[in-house]
Amino acid sequence: MKKRSLSLSVLVLFVLIISCTKLLPPVPKNDEVLAGTIPGLSPQHEKEHLKGDEAFGRIFSKEDGLGPIFVQASCSNCHIENGKGHPSTELTRFANVNGTVIDYLLSKGGPQLQQHSISGYSAEVLPAEANVFSKRVAPAVMGLGYIAAADDQSILNNADPNDANGDGISGRVNYVNPTNFFTSLPIHIANNGQYIGRFGKKAEKVTIQDQVVFALKQDIGITSDFDMQDLYNIQFGNNTGDNVPDPEVSSGFVNNLVFYLRTLKAPPRRNTFDADVIAGENLFTQIGCASCHLPTFTTATSDIFALSNKVFHPYSDFLLHDMGPLLDDGYIEGTAAGFEWRTPPLWGIGLAKNSQGGKLFLLHDGRATSFEEAISFHGGEAASRRTAFGALSQPEKDQVIKFLGSL
Amino acid sequence: MNTFTLKYKLFTFFILLFFAVTTNAQKDSSFIKRISADTSKLKMNLDAVYNRPFLQMGKLPIALGGYMEINTNYSGTNGVADGFSFQFKRLTMFMASTITKKIKFLSELEFEDGTKEINIEFAAVDFEFHPLLNLRGGIVMNPIGAFNQNHDGPKWEFVERPLSATQLLPATWSNAGFGLHGKLYRSNWVFAYEAYLTNGFDETIISNTKGKTFLPATKQNRDRFEDNFSGEPMLTGKFACKRRRFGEIGFSYMGGVYNKYQMAGVIIDTKRKVNVFAIDINSTLPKLNTMLIGEFAWVMVDMPAAYIQNYGKQQHGGYLDIIQPILKRKIFGWEKASLNLAFRTEYVDWNVGSFDVTGDKIYEHVFGIVPGISFRPSAQTVLRFNYRYQWQRDLLGNPATRTAAIQFGISTYF
Repeated sequence: MKKRSLSLSVLVLFVLIISCTKLLPPVPKNDEVLAGTIPGLSPQHEKEHLKGDEAFGRIFSKEDGLGPIFVQASCSNCHIENGKGHPSTELTRFANVNGTVIDYLLSKGGPQLQQHSISGYSAEVLPAEANVFSKRVAPAVMGLGYIAAADDQSILNNADPNDANGDGISGRVNYVNPTNFFTSLPIHIANNGQYIGRFGKKAEKVTIQDQVVFALKQDIGITSDFDMQDLYNIQFGNNTGDNVPDPEVSSGFVNNLVFYLRTLKAPPRRNTFDADVIAGENLFTQIGCASCHLPTFTTATSDIFALSNKVFHPYSDFLLHDMGPLLDDGYIEGTAAGFEWRTPPLWGIGLAKNSQGGKLFLLHDGRATSFEEAISFHGGEAASRRTAFGALSQPEKDQVIKFLGSL
Repeated sequence: MNTFTLKYKLFTFFILLFFAVTTNAQKDSSFIKRISADTSKLKMNLDAVYNRPFLQMGKLPIALGGYMEINTNYSGTNGVADGFSFQFKRLTMFMASTITKKIKFLSELEFEDGTKEINIEFAAVDFEFHPLLNLRGGIVMNPIGAFNQNHDGPKWEFVERPLSATQLLPATWSNAGFGLHGKLYRSNWVFAYEAYLTNGFDETIISNTKGKTFLPATKQNRDRFEDNFSGEPMLTGKFACKRRRFGEIGFSYMGGVYNKYQMAGVIIDTKRKVNVFAIDINSTLPKLNTMLIGEFAWVMVDMPAAYIQNYGKQQHGGYLDIIQPILKRKIFGWEKASLNLAFRTEYVDWNVGSFDVTGDKIYEHVFGIVPGISFRPSAQTVLRFNYRYQWQRDLLGNPATRTAAIQFGISTYF
């Protein structure tokens, strides 16, 4: 008996020793996940990235200063897995448009609806005066550091506002007023005190920091050193905020978030040597999709060495384009009209299902549930490309779709 | 007095008390009388609080007892290991006193993760008027499900507590209050009831850093033993019956208002309630001696009108433990040792429902399995080796994150 028990104990011990590493779940393939850092970061930068990762995932509660009115309680609630968002977390911007005059209805809670509120506080509703509404699903946040590190000139190089080259595409930059905390860098080119927007669905934000500070306030109701005025519901006369002293987060917290976004890796490609994927990319270029969805950019010199002078593949020109009546939501932002949208980067679109619950919700408001449907909504400057795609044979269309799935 | 000093003094007090007793024991071993309890048998869960081994010292009116839990942990999620840790989970001390034949007092003080958390989990006095009518007052463990009352580490073959008990229900969950309990014996049957009015939950269950409806968040409220957040008592009730040689089944309810709906006599909000229903079973299959222990709970929470859907209105979850003794004899000189195979399967869904916008199912759930081996040199001590594997999906149902843990632990009454 003793011998048997002893053998059993030794067996258990043996299992204990050998199993420790082999019984843990395997690491998912690097090209299947959206988390991770850009290659070449120093250990110090990796550590800073992790701090930002924690900030990005922080869920704010009433006690932390959430709201009192808000859209979501955390960055990661909308940008799940750093990927494209889901319609359940979409936001709504609203305004009153009269001809070319837009009133953002600031006195009625504009420009953005905060449809949720902390308990015991009234949430906003769309005011009766609003006549245009822009619903938006959160974009993926991968590779933003590369986009931020490209210089303005590389964006201007592709602008062709008057379609001088006659290809039917007339992309233009969106010049916007800088925020009061904006610091001009050598990559920026000023134009009468305005700068080129490259972030946001209408290229309305110049820097990642602009976007972060805006989203903290308008999406989560969190004040920071950069924007101290808390949100409150002006519609119901609840002109009191929450009880948490402002700023609710420090400049350090904002900077951690910015650093995290700057150092998130670019979305990984898959199946790049697949014959159909290669053929699909060729067709993508041939039918003119690549006129706006430009494959390649190069960064300028950056304070983060790993971002300096790097070639990256966003499949975007970061310019505004007329996308036609089907995508015209009437909402004007900066100089961008309702029908104008910044070319969304296509990188990572092949992994969108992994952050959208196994389905696809494409275009700015998530209305398209397949690549084909998204293409079918392309109008305006892109109408000829939509027609060209429609003229492809089914196997050719499948190749283009396969290529998109590889991004 | 700062928190650290208070914790330190409490800890020192109990350690000194315990050593004072054991020092006497060395002088005269007959001074201490061990009041044993066979903690491996299936008693009624209502009895769990008294079904523990105690040390009675001479003619002192107080009996002492307690248990400790320590384990190793090596775990990782999606291939990223968290490293190897030793975890001193709990040191729990009991003090019991029979004031008169029909008045008993028992307290349970727990030091969790060293001195990170110090909680009075139970401190109540029982007045027996009749076996069917006992009055209990103090800090009581709300009898929702079975685990909350019957949670002592040495009674379980698993290193971790069930997810549904700690991540859905707030075990160990106790509150200040009063109530009644009683038992009725009829041939092979025992019927038992409990009903308590206690302080209840607060708004942290729907506003917390977990980002989901999370009843355990209320445990962070240090004022809950002296101040009822909502101002309305919470009701917890349980009915259980047991048939000898078959086992026990219990049905329980816990519910009440969780938000502050009035302040200074002014109504400031609508009353919002949390309701919890649970069913629990424990049984031993004849001949095979296979033990089955399980519990399932349903949580329903009234949400504010304009709240984000991340916080679920409905939740449910439970676990089933299957324990098969494979050896029960003298092993390594221990007379009544046993070796058991154990298997737990557990599930928690924190957000049952569908998205308003798309109509798609909301996920936010975890499913886990825990195979294990346990060795009991005696009924009051267990050495256990567990392997945990769990799949957790986010709100949208994106690919599950997979977590595994290899754990070895000891838990013993003393």
